[in-house]
Amino acid sequence: MLEAIGVDSVGEIFDRQIPAAVRLDRELELPEGLPEQDVYEHLRALAARNTSAEEELCFLGAGMYDHYVPAVVDMLCERSEFLTPYTPYQPEVSQGTLQVMFEYQTAICELTGLPVSNASVYEGPSAVAAAAYMAKLHNGRRRLVASAGLHPHSLETLRTHAHGYGMEVVEVPLTSGSAGGVTDPDAWAEAIDGQASAAIFAQPNFYGAVEDATALSQAAKAGADPLVVAQVDPIVLGILAPPGECGVDVAVGEGQPLGNRLDFGGPSFGFFAAREEYLRRIPGRIAGETVDVDGRRGFVLTLQTREQHIRRERATSNICTAQALNALAAIVYLSWLGRRGIVELGQLLLARTHYARQALAGLDGVSLQHEQPVIREFALRLDADVAAVKRRCARQGVNPGVDVHALSGRPEDSGVLLVAITERRSREQIDRLVDVLAAAVAAERRSTSEAVGV
Amino acid sequence: MAEASYPEDLLYHPEHDWARVEGEQATLGITWFAQDALGEVVFFEPPAVGTSVAKDAAYTEVESVKAVSDVIAPLSGEIVEVNGALAENPQAINEDPYGDGWLVRVRLSDPSEREALMDAASYVSSLAS
Amino acid sequence: MNLPAPSPGGDGRAPASAGGPSPLQRERARTIFQKGATSRRAFQCPPPDVPEADPDELLPARFRRREPPRLPEVSEPELVRHYVTLSKRNFDLDSGFYPLGSCTMKHNPRLHERAAALAGHARLHPLQDPERAQGALELMWRLQGALAEISGLPHVSLQPSAGSAGELAGVLLTRAYHEDRGEQRHKVLAPDTAHGTNPATVSMAGLEVVKLATDAEGGVDVDDLRVKADTDVACLMLTNPNTLGVFDANIEEIAAIVHGVGATLYYDGANLNAVMGLSRPGDMGFDIVHFNLHKSFTQPHGGGGPGSGPIATSERIAPYLPRPLVVRREDGSFALEHQRPKSIGRLRGFHGNYGCLVRAYAYICSLGADGLRDASEAAVLNANHLLARLCQKGVAEYLPLAYGRLCMHEFVLSGGPMKRELKIKTLDLAKRLLDHGFHPPTVYFPLLVEEALMVEPTETETRETLDAFAEAIAAILAEAAEDPAVAEGAPYSTPVRRLDEVAAAKQPVIRESL
Repeated sequence: MLEAIGVDSVGEIFDRQIPAAVRLDRELELPEGLPEQDVYEHLRALAARNTSAEEELCFLGAGMYDHYVPAVVDMLCERSEFLTPYTPYQPEVSQGTLQVMFEYQTAICELTGLPVSNASVYEGPSAVAAAAYMAKLHNGRRRLVASAGLHPHSLETLRTHAHGYGMEVVEVPLTSGSAGGVTDPDAWAEAIDGQASAAIFAQPNFYGAVEDATALSQAAKAGADPLVVAQVDPIVLGILAPPGECGVDVAVGEGQPLGNRLDFGGPSFGFFAAREEYLRRIPGRIAGETVDVDGRRGFVLTLQTREQHIRRERATSNICTAQALNALAAIVYLSWLGRRGIVELGQLLLARTHYARQALAGLDGVSLQHEQPVIREFALRLDADVAAVKRRCARQGVNPGVDVHALSGRPEDSGVLLVAITERRSREQIDRLVDVLAAAVAAERRSTSEAVGV
Repeated sequence: MAEASYPEDLLYHPEHDWARVEGEQATLGITWFAQDALGEVVFFEPPAVGTSVAKDAAYTEVESVKAVSDVIAPLSGEIVEVNGALAENPQAINEDPYGDGWLVRVRLSDPSEREALMDAASYVSSLAS
Repeated sequence: MNLPAPSPGGDGRAPASAGGPSPLQRERARTIFQKGATSRRAFQCPPPDVPEADPDELLPARFRRREPPRLPEVSEPELVRHYVTLSKRNFDLDSGFYPLGSCTMKHNPRLHERAAALAGHARLHPLQDPERAQGALELMWRLQGALAEISGLPHVSLQPSAGSAGELAGVLLTRAYHEDRGEQRHKVLAPDTAHGTNPATVSMAGLEVVKLATDAEGGVDVDDLRVKADTDVACLMLTNPNTLGVFDANIEEIAAIVHGVGATLYYDGANLNAVMGLSRPGDMGFDIVHFNLHKSFTQPHGGGGPGSGPIATSERIAPYLPRPLVVRREDGSFALEHQRPKSIGRLRGFHGNYGCLVRAYAYICSLGADGLRDASEAAVLNANHLLARLCQKGVAEYLPLAYGRLCMHEFVLSGGPMKRELKIKTLDLAKRLLDHGFHPPTVYFPLLVEEALMVEPTETETRETLDAFAEAIAAILAEAAEDPAVAEGAPYSTPVRRLDEVAAAKQPVIRESL
């Protein structure tokens, strides 16, 4: 080998190309390499120090949910033919991946009620930021109006990116009082002025409340007509009016609930669907149908002139790939669920969530944070320290939900617990949550009043 | 259009654009050479009527499957008409670059600018060099 | 559109162009939406176990969906058969050589999939209390440390979702650094060989890209850099070795010029696979680097995602890193640090693509320090071996090396002479390679090389595979010398043949009509 290359040693290949001053003259300070079985044991031991949804009753949500992932998803995603190719640059040998993208796009269009979908983006919050960038390219305005009902991570991601785009983010508060918990319609209408590039809300919102999407869209259109963007939970779209029917221009969201595992937050995927007029401005890969030279139906990556490798500094995004494997999981999952299944699943979530909410809100020291309709998640206000209550529940093998203040940092979120229900949480398990939370709140209130010094 | 052609009655810009000046107005488009280099045009979104174009500056884009090219204005002025038919039939830019493939019509703001453009013979010889 | 018939003469010269369509070719593509039948299903909903309630009371009718989404209606056997059949219409790395330049298609050890699928990783909720996610946080902390050591830059954020997200983080960090010093710098320098993501990222970060010329050796034109480097420059973005497979011999001088005007130096880690354990971006003078864990640290590419793009920085950039970071506290426990007042903020939800981090960490544990260096050495050796094979007579006169004589982990050939003398384009060569059972290299990139062919074999290929690939290239060129129509009509043996991309772009059909 070396002779053919014309060098005496491998080292010479480097010596002749890398200046000596920037060569590393020592070994990296890393542990010695390990054989496979030892690496496995090490990673297993690390995994064992995490409490997963397998080991406790998990009511955590806030963007990612412990839904059941059917075995067919694992089996298909592990196939070498889907797992190990790159982006389908050579369509003649990538019809599997390309057709999966096309099918995925079809399913996302159906779910959202919008005619155009890309082949996925990285994940939920950055999809919100991508929609905002598209709005900027579309109308050139400089303000983003964002409901406080968006996930705190979406709001922060939007701010990070908007600073880059040179846009400002104006946050619209939620209503308070008996009709509290949804985007304040007056403040929303007022914030949408001639500089509003996009108006963005979440459906259902971060606190679980179903927003009046039609009213929010109409108010925006009646104002300065920005792009109306909704961050939507895809799993409830079997029973919730699709954004496309509510006047929404762009629907984005976190795709994890659709057949993707939790993975401590990623990888998952973001979906991105829009009205027809935005087809040539949307970010990311898009698969399109065509024919080959023999007239056979086939699929290719299309509308590529939007993308960074062609349009460079004027591209609609810098994104290079989709989350193809995660989107495969989604289309397999949606096909597994089927047309009737997604409705039945939505109804089950609705019924169990309502049951859990009623039961929990009836406990001493627990009240509803808002009374709006909810589908799969709801916010409670505890008359006790949430972190301490959670620690007590954990000792009973129950994780009762998300400590919202720890996530959002908002003072008004102090004492708020966000509880999520999936089809994996049976009535029996919900009853157990009720018992454990009741005891934990009572015990915590007792110990606090004792500590205050009676 | 299979054969290269460069009509005598047009004026040419080195960035491969042509102008047909008629009084105070001019029709603009891209040359045979430009469309051939670009390949089959799949998309053209015309600029809005009423926008200004400046000589030597880009005023719109044409897209093929794997390229986007800026179109440079050979003369300055205000757009008074655009070729709306190209939205449905962008390949007219390939098939008939000097006829049905015209892009925009402008009202000239400085008709003397035409002095700086080339005639067909000069443009053809510039392609050969 | 009538293209030439396969293999004129039918003398068996073309290895995979047998007459008549193959079984895969005979099957017309039908989507999952065109299969199944009304009310067929795989999913069984758990029976109702809570008291029945009036649905309208729970969710008012005006919020409800009227018609169910038209999702597929198939049984599990149909579902499995559909997707398994579809999978066979893909070429994949587990089946064959995939020398896609700049993509580092190295073998994906199956251990990584098994480890990532452990419930303690795969079913761990991102909002689990940190005290009960110590294993995950420790893994992330250890990976941060390993990446810091490999890059020679001490501070690491694992958050960016992919290389492009890492780049955006890098440019936003640079902006934050200058803004914090009261400076508004609006230009970012990038060589004309740069990936398209570099300029696209710069625009998204609100800055303006200025192109640098390439010198005769394939590196940055230092004279051009001197002219363009001024106090309006925020940053120089560089890939080293670059997209030509050339290590920039002037890197120290480049760093001195860039730092001399107060700008930062950004390392696009796309090509890190050439230098692990051999040379470190931090020692070259870079301030910020992004890693493509899906390249150098071997993630399965999944047909285009997911990936992961952590970043590492020098001390002066560290205060601006995305939040949260994983830290180890004095008591030895691990935590997420959110209180970072100068941070650029979040780039995405939660903590990054943890599943990818598990795989990258497993890879580093498997290889260790010497293994990583060996991997880079073998990658460079393999590339040079293949280059030497392709520099032989019968190939080199048609496909000359664009720059240099040796290469790092990849090299770029020019198909210009091939196009002129054999009348076939790089695209034709690529399509004909498919009939030989190889995935083609990256084609038509970088843009400044005519008819470019960018080849990256990686360290996990055997010499026999590299030799067979070189022989296939030689055979295609010899075949073209006799009859270029064969390559022009290729491929013949694939599930579909050349596809009409013009029609797809002109009248886009991007979903099934239902």
